[in-house]
Amino acid sequence: MNLDFSPEDLAFRDEVRAFIAENYPAGLREKQEEGEEMAKEDFLSWHRTLAKKGWVAPAWPEKYGGPGWTSVQRYIWSEETARADCVPILPFGINMVGPVIYTFGTPEQKERFLPPTLSGDIWWSQGYSEPGAGSDLASLKTKAERFTGDDGKEYYLVNGQKTWTTLAQHGDWIFCLVRTDPNAKIQEGISFLLIDMKSPGVTVRPIITLGGEHEVNEVWLENVKVPVENRIYEENKGWTCAKFLLAHERSGIAGVARSKRGIERIRQIASVELSDDGDALIKDPMFKRKVAELEIDLTALEYTELRTLAGEAAGKGPGPESSVLKIKGTEIQQRITELVLEAAGHYGAPYFRGFPKDGDNAHPIGPDFAHRAAPTYFNVRKTSIYGGSNEIQRNIIAKMVLGL
Amino acid sequence: MDFNFTEEQSMVRDTVASFLQDKYDFETRRKIVSSDAGWRADYWKAFAEELGILGASFSEELGGLGGGPIDNMIIMEEFGKALVIEPYLGTVVIGGGFMKHSGYAGAASVIEGIVGGTTTIAFAYAEPQARYTWQDLKTTAKKDGSGWVLNGHKAVVVGAPFASHLIVTARTGGAQRDAGGVGVFLIDKSLPGVVTRDYPTVDGNRASEVYFENVSVPADALISESGLDLVNQVIDEATAAVGAEAVGVLRKLHEGTLDYAKQRKQFGTAIANFQVLQHRMVDMFIEVEQSVSMTYMATIKVEESAAERAKAVSAMKVRIGRACKFVGQNAIQIHGGMGMTDELAIGHYFKRATLIEGLFGSVDHHLKRYESLSFDAAA
Repeated sequence: MNLDFSPEDLAFRDEVRAFIAENYPAGLREKQEEGEEMAKEDFLSWHRTLAKKGWVAPAWPEKYGGPGWTSVQRYIWSEETARADCVPILPFGINMVGPVIYTFGTPEQKERFLPPTLSGDIWWSQGYSEPGAGSDLASLKTKAERFTGDDGKEYYLVNGQKTWTTLAQHGDWIFCLVRTDPNAKIQEGISFLLIDMKSPGVTVRPIITLGGEHEVNEVWLENVKVPVENRIYEENKGWTCAKFLLAHERSGIAGVARSKRGIERIRQIASVELSDDGDALIKDPMFKRKVAELEIDLTALEYTELRTLAGEAAGKGPGPESSVLKIKGTEIQQRITELVLEAAGHYGAPYFRGFPKDGDNAHPIGPDFAHRAAPTYFNVRKTSIYGGSNEIQRNIIAKMVLGL
Repeated sequence: MDFNFTEEQSMVRDTVASFLQDKYDFETRRKIVSSDAGWRADYWKAFAEELGILGASFSEELGGLGGGPIDNMIIMEEFGKALVIEPYLGTVVIGGGFMKHSGYAGAASVIEGIVGGTTTIAFAYAEPQARYTWQDLKTTAKKDGSGWVLNGHKAVVVGAPFASHLIVTARTGGAQRDAGGVGVFLIDKSLPGVVTRDYPTVDGNRASEVYFENVSVPADALISESGLDLVNQVIDEATAAVGAEAVGVLRKLHEGTLDYAKQRKQFGTAIANFQVLQHRMVDMFIEVEQSVSMTYMATIKVEESAAERAKAVSAMKVRIGRACKFVGQNAIQIHGGMGMTDELAIGHYFKRATLIEGLFGSVDHHLKRYESLSFDAAA
């Protein structure tokens, strides 16, 4: 057992640092650090830069366009990108549907979908949740009925509604779980379909969340015609893909490197903001205690993740233990946003949505960091709900790990 | 980066585990702790001669098998699983630690005695007034010719009834709480003037109040005349080893609770089917896993710089302390009335977990220490 990086790993880290310094724009860095909302182009420009370099999909096998990194290199990559406040690569294509396609797809499907997923030419949305199917995902009702088109080809006619669809307002394609056999047992009649969002009958409607953001949407599917060749894996076997995807979604969800950066930011903020005593907030014993506990808990999470990575390197796939990472990781992310809001004091109150940021520099409204403190706090409550709520993660551990 | 164990390390674990499985089941342990001696000297001999584990954590130059802190971690975890009483912590981890790090002239022969099982050591560091401030010493060591004279009172010296030797901290100079002047001595427990009052501890071990009444010790008893840094280093190593013991205890608390919940029926079903208990047991599992992670982290970092080491160990002890309380209390709760009985092992693991919580510093102590290292030092 040791924690040392090899000379090769250290050289890799230098290479990554140099690349980020040279290619990651300062404007994006600032937006990311302040937690501002990102435009479509913000996400895409960094995605394209990395795609060109061949680094956009660290976990993909080399033959599908991954960089062939070791688990230690991937760890270094996530550390370094978080340290530099890089815009995160959206998970829907790279972490979710991409691995499903290269694991379960046909050669034609791989050929057709993997390159544009890597390049950023397809913006993927995730069509899992429905109004009546949240934590109980398998109870989804969106139905897909097979029929033969006028052209003699086989199609599905898809009807239903998906919801909480993140950034679907920018989406090109959506991967959906649909019910193809209404008479089968609940998890057995589901298929995994790729749907072109330009198809007639697809409607995206915004849902505005607590922080005022337009981040999620409803996606309505009304008599949408989907070619059968857009189905991944066998008909009625979509639940296999769904479970595979959820396990992949959970790995990396710990967000250790980003939380480290978050704590670093709290320490910066609290060294400037003042406590009741007029001294730096970070010297306030109560505030300091909360930051210290956060650091310690993050250390525990980090080493738990490293043990999981070591297990993966030894050939164990991301297993149900990754639910531990999801639970603790999201709790820590939420505690960070709580402390930032707490540090903002009075200036947690002003609401800046649609308000010109640099309207009047001579008469500022509180410190910059405070502008997004409350909206971010509200927004990050989502993390213990999405990706299988933290209660569902406990059910998974109880069943799969503890045998209860 | 690597979290695997070497073949030698795995062998040490298997050797210890199979010995304890055969010879240290719960009923045997009950007999050991209620016997007059309170420990099994013949087992200690077996550790030395049959298993050869007492030398596992010493380098080959020092007569050991070439291991280090990771071997201590492995052995302590297995000892935790069986609630072993025998004084590995005091003798090998602490006694051995002082010998490895001090440059003490007699180290080689002391280590020979430790590895051979003939020397057993208890660490007399605590004092009634000092809580977790290791340099707060009323015990004095006054120069007397070439040797020293010790006077004072050491509190709750765990394992002292089994020890042939004591390692004692005593003030060689300076005021009661000064960092300088913390003397460290290795003395024969049978020296005239060493008065011990022995008693059992609540977790089945034995300890002593040790009084030094004009004890003359020879010059070669002095390990360090001003050794607070050394004391901190050895206590940090010992704390990491106690973390490993806690991991063993916590695993048994969690496993025992799972087993019990699966067989205990109420309302016509196993109580393991109740979601509120399932989630509780998941939260216990998470505490155990995080304790494992922190113990690995601290054990690896114990050999780094003093500041890194101290920060890592305190972070670990905070999480271990919390885990001991959470897992221990909930293990009893889920066992219901049976958890309250002396008959079941579970309560005995809870008692050990409870003492580990405060051993070498409470959660609050280590939080404060972590803060001073992470914030005040940096500022």
